[in-house]
Amino acid sequence: MVVFRNRLKEFAIKIGMGLVNQTKLITAASELSRNMLRYAGGGVVLIEIINGQRQNGLRLTFTDTGPGIPDIKEAMKDGYSTGKSLGLGLPGAKRLVSDFEIQSTVGKGTTITITKWKNG
Amino acid sequence: MDKIPILKIGHFLMVAIQVDLYDRLALNLEADLVQAVSKTGAKGVLIDISSVSIVDSFMGRILGNIAGMSKVLDADTVIVGMQPAVAITLVELGLPLRGVQTALNVEKGMELLQKKIKIIDEEEAFDDDSTLQ
Repeated sequence: MVVFRNRLKEFAIKIGMGLVNQTKLITAASELSRNMLRYAGGGVVLIEIINGQRQNGLRLTFTDTGPGIPDIKEAMKDGYSTGKSLGLGLPGAKRLVSDFEIQSTVGKGTTITITKWKNG
Repeated sequence: MDKIPILKIGHFLMVAIQVDLYDRLALNLEADLVQAVSKTGAKGVLIDISSVSIVDSFMGRILGNIAGMSKVLDADTVIVGMQPAVAITLVELGLPLRGVQTALNVEKGMELLQKKIKIIDEEEAFDDDSTLQ
């Protein structure tokens, strides 16, 4: 986790992302990777630098082959948790990034893509 | 195995987290601190997180746990030195940090704890007076 966060920070610095946005992105990524470890036993994260119309950004894709999320709408609600956590992971992460997409199939796994623009 | 040192200063315990915590380290700190409060009878716990660049919901829960457990053992917890970017992120994340007091820096945190102890001391002194009469 710490290695992943440091790696992500390197990328964020490389594209000149400000400290507040860096912190938001890394915190969101931390929530999502923890979810992957806890519920899916691990997964893969892809870090990409993307060029938008006006600015650069980072796109992270979290892919796991875990149990999947049966009710995404429910899982995106604050305070909803099947584990012992605070249930802030998914909705909190969504609030911290510019764009948040989630796809999940029960029994197959979950893919979450988040995008954070350099200045947004 | 890394360990975060817990320092005893008078009635207080002080912890300066100088590294980005991984989960096991955070859980160990929680256990060690609660043990230390019980063993030393400390009245306050000061946690300096000025070097911590990321506080996610797990870390937030640990901080809340420490405050809650210490409270049960009659010690107040003050978190000091939170980076502005971390504060902004925590609020947007929706983490309330309930029951956790905060102060801007170690000095102010100490003052806060000392004030609490003073109040307690005065109350005790008052109680002693009343028994004399």
